[in-house]
Amino acid sequence: MDINEIIKPENKVYGKTPILKDNILHYCPGCSHGVVHKIIAEVIEEMGIQDKTIGISPVGCSVFAYNYLDIDWQQAAHGRAPALATATKRLMPDKYVFTYQGDGDLASIGTAEVMHACNRGENIVIIFINNAIYGMTGGQMAPTTLLGQVTATTPYGRKAELNGYPLKITELIAQLEGTCYVTRQSVQNPAAVRKTKKAIRKAFENSMMKKGTSFVEVVSTCNSGWKVTPVQANKWMEENMFPFYPLGDMKDR
Amino acid sequence: MATQGAIVVDKERCKGCGVCVVNCPTEAIALSHEVNGKGYNFLSLVNPEKCIGCANCATVCPDSVITVYRVKI
Amino acid sequence: MAEKILMKGNEAIAYGAIDCGCDGYFGYPITPQSEVMETLMKVQPWETTGMVVLQAESETSSINMVYGGACCGKKVMTSSSSPGISLMCEGLSYIAGAELPCVVVNVMRGGPGLGTIQPSQGDYFQAVKGGGHGDYHPIVLAPASAQDMYDFVGEAFELAFKYRNPAMILGDGVIGQMMEKVEIRPAKPRRTDEEIRALCDSWATIGNKGRHGNTITSLALDPQVQENFNIKLQKKYAEIEANEVRYSTYMTDDAEYLIVAFGCMSRIGEKVVELAREEGIKLGLLRPITLYPFPKKEIDALVPQLKNILSLELNAGQMVEDIRLIVNGRIPVNFYGRQGGMIPDPEEILEVFKKTM
Repeated sequence: MDINEIIKPENKVYGKTPILKDNILHYCPGCSHGVVHKIIAEVIEEMGIQDKTIGISPVGCSVFAYNYLDIDWQQAAHGRAPALATATKRLMPDKYVFTYQGDGDLASIGTAEVMHACNRGENIVIIFINNAIYGMTGGQMAPTTLLGQVTATTPYGRKAELNGYPLKITELIAQLEGTCYVTRQSVQNPAAVRKTKKAIRKAFENSMMKKGTSFVEVVSTCNSGWKVTPVQANKWMEENMFPFYPLGDMKDR
Repeated sequence: MATQGAIVVDKERCKGCGVCVVNCPTEAIALSHEVNGKGYNFLSLVNPEKCIGCANCATVCPDSVITVYRVKI
Repeated sequence: MAEKILMKGNEAIAYGAIDCGCDGYFGYPITPQSEVMETLMKVQPWETTGMVVLQAESETSSINMVYGGACCGKKVMTSSSSPGISLMCEGLSYIAGAELPCVVVNVMRGGPGLGTIQPSQGDYFQAVKGGGHGDYHPIVLAPASAQDMYDFVGEAFELAFKYRNPAMILGDGVIGQMMEKVEIRPAKPRRTDEEIRALCDSWATIGNKGRHGNTITSLALDPQVQENFNIKLQKKYAEIEANEVRYSTYMTDDAEYLIVAFGCMSRIGEKVVELAREEGIKLGLLRPITLYPFPKKEIDALVPQLKNILSLELNAGQMVEDIRLIVNGRIPVNFYGRQGGMIPDPEEILEVFKKTM
């Protein structure tokens, strides 16, 4: 069958959601951020909640998330997104409110804000991108950097004596009474993407059911920071990140 | 039932990361030897007859540059 | 007759907030202003007006809750005291940079550091010059009574929304803790969602119904974009300086000497004026009600008739620098202040003043 016979509107099975703007993403080739942005956009489209969704972007590579999803956005100070989300949801309970935060933003400078928002059981969604490195500032150690992992500030590898241990913040958050759904996912292949999308959709649905905070960690890649190709980065993630940050639901109630 | 697919790639937006290529179950796609305006080796449907329209490539694409079409045959 | 109730200045802030239609208060306890949140929690305005009241985990979080609430076009506020305000300065800078309206109350205590829980006016510079990073100013109102504390909440919100800029009520431990009769005004209802959409839809994050998404950010990586924004911000401040100066005077018509004092010190200053007048000294008082914008023209206009000015402050001498900029060497500008929670009495001040004559 001729390819032009197939490429017709009625045969279209997958394409860019209109929730995504036409702006070209500023992320490096192969960066997980783009996939997670797309998933959130698709969930918003499928749930029909574009005009009811407020996103809160962090400081870090994804500070510019607001350039890509056509919804209302707040850009928070470093680590403070859960505080903004708390007030936004409490003042506008009919809105879907989510934060989008990296490992530096959420697990380092914003530890207090995320812990207490989750502990209060704010009816918000927290999307946590964990790529074990600071991307925007040029590849420095993150709280989630693995032992032995080389970064700009751990040039000989992360050492516990010097830098402490990688922080499993999602496990900590799962302990908090205020959270209803805590899960760790990834986006390196189609099956993983579909699982993450299901998780994010569930998190958005939870936020309207007054069940508490939903927290979705996405173990991600930073091929520029890790200094490997995008395909190698996915492999490195599977081999090194997944054993320490195992995928799956930690809590679902 | 067998399916046949086709993809349309937004060449200028593609960054040639290649994540799609390794996720294609039928080796229908590859990065092109040519480059786009940004200098990236963009994605190309090199073996159109092998494409089954599974949308794996588009699903993992971080830049949403792939549109997928599929027909039953 | 409007109802008059005896209350602390801090309680007046709480009632002022509820009665002016405030949508949300986010705070963290700190002496000497904890009664603000305590009063709100006792009154439970969420049961009546729907106002949200939340105790945050820190001042940092409080101000960022205010930031989030302000993004939604809501009338949101926080209150704290000096060390807490220092923590909030990051958020204040973001709020000013994102051009958002909000109200922040500082019931000042002595510093630096943990300092003392006693009254002070040591945060004058921090308040009027911005406090956080970058070129910005909050609009600063200085209350001198519990009634001012009550009234200024609504006024601060009006100014904050008029200019989309944070407004600060710069009180002190004296005004916060002392009890006075406060005239309670008829409560204004909170704005409805429709009213907020009509007023704020061009910028607020209230859901992009019938339009593309709004983004509230203070980030501009392009230098020209950032400079253009800074120029726009300065134009706004020029407008505020031209239109919003508030002050009061006491016996300045024939004054040969002038005390400038704000907040609790303006009340002590009035007594000093009276004592001086009893001795035939033509002393007057100017009380800046807005510290930013500062009553520059008003002080400048008095200079030709004056022999000197005394700046009276509960700090080591801060406002005096702004007065000296206005006077520009034409007459002496002296300073007297006490610190650490010490409050001067009128006789003490009069003695100091007489030595400057």
